Amino acid sequence: MTETRSPRKVLILGALSAMAAATARRLAAQGSDFVLTGRKADALEREANDLKARGAASVAIQVIDLVDTAQCDTVMDQAFEAMGGLDTVLVFYGILGDQSKAETDPQEAERIIAVNYSSAVHWVLAAARALEAHAGPSGVLLTASSVAGDRGRRSNFVYGSAKAGLSVLMQGLAHKWAAQDNAPRAVNLKLGFVDTPMTDGIAKGGPLWAKPDDIAAIAERALIKGGPNVYAPWFWRFIMLAIRVTPSFVFNKVNL
Amino acid sequence: MTSDFHPQTARRSWGRVIEARHDVARPGSPDEAAELVSRLPERGTPGLPIGLGRSYGDSNLNPDGALIETSRLDHFIGFDPDTGVLRAEAGVSLDEILRVVVPHGWFLPTTPGTRYVTLGGAIANDVHGKNHHLAGSFGCHVRRFTLARSDRGVLDVAPDTHADLFAATIGGLGLTGLILDADVQLVPIRSAFIDQHVEPLRNVGAFFDIAEVRAADYEHTVAWIDCTARGDRLGQGVFSSGNWAASGALEAHQAKAGPALPLDAPGFALNPLTLRAFNLVYRQAQLLKPQNSRVHYAGFFHPLDSIRDWNRLYGRRGFYQYQSVIPFATAREATRDMLDLIARSGQGSFLAVLKTLGHKASPGLMSFPMPGVTLALDFANAGDKTLNLMAELDRIVREAGGHLYPAKDGRIPADMFQQGYPEWTRVEALRDPALSSAFWRRVTS
Repeated sequence: MTETRSPRKVLILGALSAMAAATARRLAAQGSDFVLTGRKADALEREANDLKARGAASVAIQVIDLVDTAQCDTVMDQAFEAMGGLDTVLVFYGILGDQSKAETDPQEAERIIAVNYSSAVHWVLAAARALEAHAGPSGVLLTASSVAGDRGRRSNFVYGSAKAGLSVLMQGLAHKWAAQDNAPRAVNLKLGFVDTPMTDGIAKGGPLWAKPDDIAAIAERALIKGGPNVYAPWFWRFIMLAIRVTPSFVFNKVNL
Repeated sequence: MTSDFHPQTARRSWGRVIEARHDVARPGSPDEAAELVSRLPERGTPGLPIGLGRSYGDSNLNPDGALIETSRLDHFIGFDPDTGVLRAEAGVSLDEILRVVVPHGWFLPTTPGTRYVTLGGAIANDVHGKNHHLAGSFGCHVRRFTLARSDRGVLDVAPDTHADLFAATIGGLGLTGLILDADVQLVPIRSAFIDQHVEPLRNVGAFFDIAEVRAADYEHTVAWIDCTARGDRLGQGVFSSGNWAASGALEAHQAKAGPALPLDAPGFALNPLTLRAFNLVYRQAQLLKPQNSRVHYAGFFHPLDSIRDWNRLYGRRGFYQYQSVIPFATAREATRDMLDLIARSGQGSFLAVLKTLGHKASPGLMSFPMPGVTLALDFANAGDKTLNLMAELDRIVREAGGHLYPAKDGRIPADMFQQGYPEWTRVEALRDPALSSAFWRRVTS
């Protein structure tokens, strides 16, 4: 039924995301080691205690604003040292931003792109180097992108364009590694609606809304097989397929 | 990111009889939760903490007021596998706790019939289980907790720091403050399995003849009673006893619950526990001899948890649950009278649960358990007919010196509650002035 899952040595970028926390809990139950990164020390401490109680072999925290990319390689090295290895990097940080504000305020647009894409390029490439050096074929780099990157829509296209960039980056990395022997794997989750604090205030409910642990279950499985693009949950593949193939003269009349 | 209240229409409790509008907040951390509580007075309407919403009646509803859900206060703070002391946030479910602690050889000191309640809810309702005659209620095993109040801030509450608040919060229905986290002493187990002994009961008299004997030999006891049998067979059923197996794997239950009911069943459908136990009763009654088996704790303690949302089986009108406890002195006669009334009415679920509660006192002021015999069963909501039957049952319970379980109740009159829980005035005095519930307004009016 379920594969035997062995402990991992996991660096989480954006460990305070609800989906990152849910994924970490599943990996903790297998006795994994963790380095958690995020901006708030006390909140990271809270996650660390939780993961230890749930079976994590060790949990270290590193307080860092991930928009600051000067220390990418240092963070990788420190994670490697703290855990005595590094085979899994999860990139879960991101912001939704404010689309209408971004259309009038370049700083908001810049913030959305910097958090969701341009900083992520640095972290993904640094993680790729670290996994190539330390993990080889057992290494996995997993990113949390969004179905919003599949087709630009009026409600969130600045965010969507940043996530589109992240998805293509991961697609390319997966393509590169597929051509190499003993290379790590690259997996990009394309998330639909998830009931997290980030989406509070939006009317929720109905079959399209997933819980963080639903996404965590998909992420856990994606660490073993599948990819490079994994729609989470799976039905978004077909929703987005329909959205992508809808002709513009129809699409333009739809408020999405 | 700060949490806030968002309107939610059509919110219901587990019994689904009442539907009401609430402003609901889901704080992401204990700090945010405490901040929301402190902001309640300026909102002008009362708030109420809520866990997984498994209370049946109106103790977890606060129509047109606010609810603060603890679903994101779901972090373990510490678990020591050597001592079995667990500290966790209030929104952690008993389901999660068991998954974490069972592989280390620990178990909850007592568990209600479902794992899908939160730690905070277990304290606020001072839940009990099949081992009550030995272990007492959940509150007997709580060492301390952190309480957020609108008027006094965040307090570390233990019997030796705030004795009054400690006692008022255990069984306090969430009215004395929002529990942020708690320490519980777990109990050691040597396997995840129970050696179960099941025997037929010819009638309700047989229950009273053997309940005490079995309680002396077994840690866990409960009886399932056929509510349709009458005359000489009134109260026929099966008596189930169990002890933790001395050896066996320490495997926790499966992570995922079974399939959910996607929609409401027609009103005549049955509680699946009812069906399951019903079959058991008749199989056993036919065999007429005791049987021993080894079963996993999940099947033994939480038979209903294998079907999510089983409450929808009662259809759109929902259902009431009735749970009473009657002191030993009057229990035999009163239980017979209640079963007779139920059997003759033709209402109610086919099966009722009957169990003796023991003498271990809870620290809680409004704790439901007391030494005696507790009876629990469901009634599909058929309007006045159902309410009238329950009112007749109320009369028997009152005359016998018993009381009803607030977690199950959505309708008893104020005087019956106040008579059954004379300490309610002390809880009212310690209530957070910014917290209230539909239940509390009803029974204190």
